[in-house]
Amino acid sequence: MTDNTPLIKIRNVHFSRGSKLIFDGVDMDIQRGKVTVIMGPSGTGKTTLLKLIGGQLRPSVGSIEMDGKAIHKLKHNELYQLRKKMGMLFQSGALLTDISVFENVAFPLREHTQLSESMIRHLVLMKLHAVGLRGARDLMPAELSGGMARRVALARAIALDPMMIMYDEPFTGQDPISMGVLVRLIRMLNDALGLSSIVVSHDVKEACAIADYVYLVSGGKVIEHGTPAQLAASDSQWSQQFMQGLADGPVPFHYAAAKTYADDLMGVDV
Amino acid sequence: MMDLLQRLGVTSLSMLERLGRGSVFFLNILLSIPSVLVRPRLLFAQMYSVGVLSFSLIVISGLFVGMVLALQGFYTLSDFGAEGMLGVMVAASLVRELGPVVAALLFAGRAGSALTAEIGLMKATEQLSGMEMMAVDPVARIIAPRFLAGLLSMPLLATLFSAIGVLGGYFIGVGLLGIDEGGYWSQMQAKIDFSEDILNGLIKSVVFGLVVTWIAVFEGYDAIPTSEGVSRATTQTVVHSAFAVLLLDFILTALMFGDN
Repeated sequence: MTDNTPLIKIRNVHFSRGSKLIFDGVDMDIQRGKVTVIMGPSGTGKTTLLKLIGGQLRPSVGSIEMDGKAIHKLKHNELYQLRKKMGMLFQSGALLTDISVFENVAFPLREHTQLSESMIRHLVLMKLHAVGLRGARDLMPAELSGGMARRVALARAIALDPMMIMYDEPFTGQDPISMGVLVRLIRMLNDALGLSSIVVSHDVKEACAIADYVYLVSGGKVIEHGTPAQLAASDSQWSQQFMQGLADGPVPFHYAAAKTYADDLMGVDV
Repeated sequence: MMDLLQRLGVTSLSMLERLGRGSVFFLNILLSIPSVLVRPRLLFAQMYSVGVLSFSLIVISGLFVGMVLALQGFYTLSDFGAEGMLGVMVAASLVRELGPVVAALLFAGRAGSALTAEIGLMKATEQLSGMEMMAVDPVARIIAPRFLAGLLSMPLLATLFSAIGVLGGYFIGVGLLGIDEGGYWSQMQAKIDFSEDILNGLIKSVVFGLVVTWIAVFEGYDAIPTSEGVSRATTQTVVHSAFAVLLLDFILTALMFGDN
């Protein structure tokens, strides 16, 4: 029998950084076994949302539950136990730079299990093979391209067979081939390993290609949500501007200025 | 005037807040130390980079400081016909003061700055965040072994500094200036007290090691995760360590030797 309850329930989350309000009442459900994409303009706090789910930050108001556990209320040890069920792929890859690719993938296994050296070798090679980098096991992180580093980080993120993986801007700064590889890997790993995935991105085309469900976030709120097809057919001007990458619309091309253009040009206060 | 007062208040509050964060961080390190003792390999690797790699700097500096002390001391002592006391003067200066203090200043410049830069860059490249998300506590895995390595290395380096300095004094005093070899060693043996001089010097070096390493790891961990932030944190480690060592040296000296 499949469990239809959401893996993650986010309810009425408010979060501020100093005096700047980042989230102003966000509600989301992340379904099990699905790829959920969170999209929005730069600076809307998409990465912050992942940090809230991972328990690295705590909301000022609201609740975040994973598998029925309130993440924001967990004690240090309980949170670390729960994190073993999460994987996170950072934008930079966040590989440990002083150890090889093999040792990076072996790192969580060595930290959290008592497996024999031969078992660790088998597991690491399997994970590296899954991302196509078994042959790169002896390289150091500095010798990898950006795309390869993210794939190694992905192998490391699935080392402990988590329930869920969070991807922070996985497509940013990738060439078309690396981008295609990552798009395929995210979908393939999600389905083959029975994971649930959260992808934070503003690459509309790539993200929609693998998304089962999309949340559009802007100005601290969820503006719209639905399947990629539903959002494409949305009559919201904001959604259309974002999904089609239009330069002007509800998000204006011009940053608000105190004076009109004419006044600025004619003004004498140079 | 109000503006100045306000700025003073804001600066004081932010300093106090930082001190509070540093203290909580220090407590977290202490709580993580048992996990390092279970995995001594982490500690040995750090003792190599913090301690062994500082070895040559300490040896060369100790040698020259000892040699200079002997040269300067000889000309002063010879005015009073007390050249025979050169060994005592060199050894007392080194084990009581110069050994712990100069070794700590060199240690802050060599190992402390490296620790801050390493930890700060790990933060800037999200390696520490990545570890947290892999359910590995970076304080236990990265910070505590480095702290313990600094704490253990510093007294060893200060002792080495003093010992090499005494040898440097010997080369100059006995080898170059021609004072009596037996006198150099026997006066030193007679006048240098184990608990009064050597043990107090050792206590100083332990305190300096603790403070310098604490400052170094905290500055790295608390650095703003940009290249400018890491650079500033590295500078602050050296500056704050130097101030802390000199201030603590005065306090400790007053407590240890003040009633003599």
